[in-house]
Amino acid sequence: MVTRKHNIIRFGAGAAAAGLLLSGCAPAAEDDAASGDVTLTVGTFNDSGFADEMFAEYEELNPGVKIIHNKAATTDDARTNFFQKLGKTGLSDIEYVEGDWLPEVMEYSDLLAPVPADLKDRWLDWKVEEATDPEGNLIGYGTDIGPLAICYRSDLFEAAGLPADRDAVAELLGGDWARYFEVGDQYVEATGLPFFDSARGVWQGMINQIAAPYEDPKSGAITATENDEVRDSYDQLLAASATQSAHLSQWSTDWYAAMANGGFATMLCPGWMLGVIEGNAKDVTTWDVANVFPNGGGNWGGSYLTVPASGANVEEAQKLADWLTAPEQQLKYFENAGLFPSQVEAMSSPVLLEATNPFFNDAPIGQIFSDRAQAVEVAPFKGELYFQVATAMGDAIARVEDGTQDAAASWDQWVEKVNSIE
Amino acid sequence: MPSHRSIAPQQNGRSALREKLTRWDVKTAPYLYIAPFFLIFIATGLFPIGYTAVISLMEWDMVRGTGEFVGFDQYWRVLSAPEFWIALRNTVSIFLLSTIPQLVAAIIIAAALDRNIRARTFWRMSVLVPYVMAPVAVALIFSNMFGDKFGLVNSLLTQLGMTSIPWHTDPFASHVAIATMVNFRWTGYNTLILLAAMQAIPREYYEAATVDGAGAIRQFLSITIPGLRGTLIFVVVTSTIGGLQVFDEPRMYDHTGTGGPDNQWLTIALYLYNVGWGEWDFGRAAAMAWILFALILLVGLINLIVTRGLVRDDSAAVAEDAGRRARRARRATHDNAQPVEEASR
Repeated sequence: MVTRKHNIIRFGAGAAAAGLLLSGCAPAAEDDAASGDVTLTVGTFNDSGFADEMFAEYEELNPGVKIIHNKAATTDDARTNFFQKLGKTGLSDIEYVEGDWLPEVMEYSDLLAPVPADLKDRWLDWKVEEATDPEGNLIGYGTDIGPLAICYRSDLFEAAGLPADRDAVAELLGGDWARYFEVGDQYVEATGLPFFDSARGVWQGMINQIAAPYEDPKSGAITATENDEVRDSYDQLLAASATQSAHLSQWSTDWYAAMANGGFATMLCPGWMLGVIEGNAKDVTTWDVANVFPNGGGNWGGSYLTVPASGANVEEAQKLADWLTAPEQQLKYFENAGLFPSQVEAMSSPVLLEATNPFFNDAPIGQIFSDRAQAVEVAPFKGELYFQVATAMGDAIARVEDGTQDAAASWDQWVEKVNSIE
Repeated sequence: MPSHRSIAPQQNGRSALREKLTRWDVKTAPYLYIAPFFLIFIATGLFPIGYTAVISLMEWDMVRGTGEFVGFDQYWRVLSAPEFWIALRNTVSIFLLSTIPQLVAAIIIAAALDRNIRARTFWRMSVLVPYVMAPVAVALIFSNMFGDKFGLVNSLLTQLGMTSIPWHTDPFASHVAIATMVNFRWTGYNTLILLAAMQAIPREYYEAATVDGAGAIRQFLSITIPGLRGTLIFVVVTSTIGGLQVFDEPRMYDHTGTGGPDNQWLTIALYLYNVGWGEWDFGRAAAMAWILFALILLVGLINLIVTRGLVRDDSAAVAEDAGRRARRARRATHDNAQPVEEASR
């Protein structure tokens, strides 16, 4: 009898402990203030280019600082985690934020520690602008950017009777989107094969050249459906894509496969895309990259480091974020993952300018992408509803690509969807 | 336990205390034993349900943890969105395409495994393997198979001289593909449950039927199926809950995970996720969760009634009758035992 009761008590205690664990999560690492020891957590996703050696180096430079690197698998996971914990506790001391969901983050800029004013000059102007809230607080330490060039298959260009040399291709494609699609027509006529990968991918390039595509920068109201620039680009793209697109959905298995089997001849190439192509088309030797982009320059993607204001070590975290986005470190993640620096100083570094890529036929990618970065003139305004409107637009284009609807009907359905967004 | 009690009254004061504790123990211990489940259920089950109900009546900002009361606005918004009705259509379609073939296959496989075959345990364990696989892994493999241009299924079809199927464009084709993944994973699970139930059917029934000259099919229809009645109801109800909540498979079906550009395979659970974690509109997502709950309740009820009505014949009545008799017999022995215990006090 006695043993039984003991068991009950013991069991009760166990349940209580389990309950504590369930409800309280693991307690955050407390810092020993007296000894000056600090533990900093850095939350990232995908291949951020941050290597463990970088953190080890910082730990060596700053005795008493210990860094823990938390890696989420995908940007979606990181986004979900970020918004679930922002405003409460549990975020890392430094959080990696992708440009795509930065507009949503800006809505809560007051919950993030601002970047010290004296650092603002380090980055490209538009990189700073994107992460600056109406009160003038910059809340993100810019990491990489995604300046756009054109990747192409030299063998397919040759087969179509087009010039295949990278300088000649740059000359051939120089001009606006109409010129790009004109070359596309020539290619399709000669080979009967698709010229580019997907209309949705090309749309990324076109929409990122419109200053205020979907929302009014002043009021934040949605203007997308009445914006002539958007409609014109949409019509131009979908007219061309009927014959020129491979109609592949980006990031689908078919899309990856087509990189290797010649499913299309060109695609828009932000710096980080080089690794994607190389990884999926290892046996192809004819991929190349041309120093050109329709309408000049464009940017697709790029991330920031942010410091949640609720963290236990805001000041130490700011120091680390500062260091991680300094020119020397930006060059390291350019080497690690092909992420192009957003820092003015890093961009003129010989390490960057002399970099070549053996897979892309030894293309001088450092020089090409810094030229492309300099050519970026427009940083589109993205408000808090940008993500939703852009997602709906992506679906609208996909509906035309897969033959579900024609361009006009798909536009109408998009308008209906956008009107229901609140 | 009875031995303790019969000794206790003959002992002194200390034992009286022990007696009291014992009685207290007997009375309260069961509740203590089951308490952990209910405490955890209240914390992790009941509380979120109530919280969801509150949030569904508000325009909720999850990050700041504040909201504005808007009454039933969110419910009307959900019900007036065309996507909701498309999602409902897709959910029901996928549900039917997966549940019906799945249960039919599970019964047939279970019946086959119920026979005297060699290496029985091996075969029985094998049917459970797909269930053990992570749903995400299953979805990844099947998504590759159902690729539109370079997928395995379409490659085979074109090699056989047929036209390839637009798996990611045509709503019905996408439902078939997704239902295939669901069936692959859950058929084995249901098979094992049905097999267990089949083994509980007294072998004498089959022997008697054989003597009477009934064939295998007749035995299956007249003994096995009616004997499975209770289990079938359980399996149908759990399949309904699972089927209406289908999420992993459609989410993993393409790389964007939003249910297709024209909502071809958007299910209600996926729509709920998109609204909650895509648009951060938790008020509307919560309202949708309650609508889904009501829907599951409704469909579950219909299924229960239909299953009960379909699987009912004489031998079920016989089995039920036998059950009633057994229960009566048990009660009788229990009643007999009671006075003995009383007498010993």
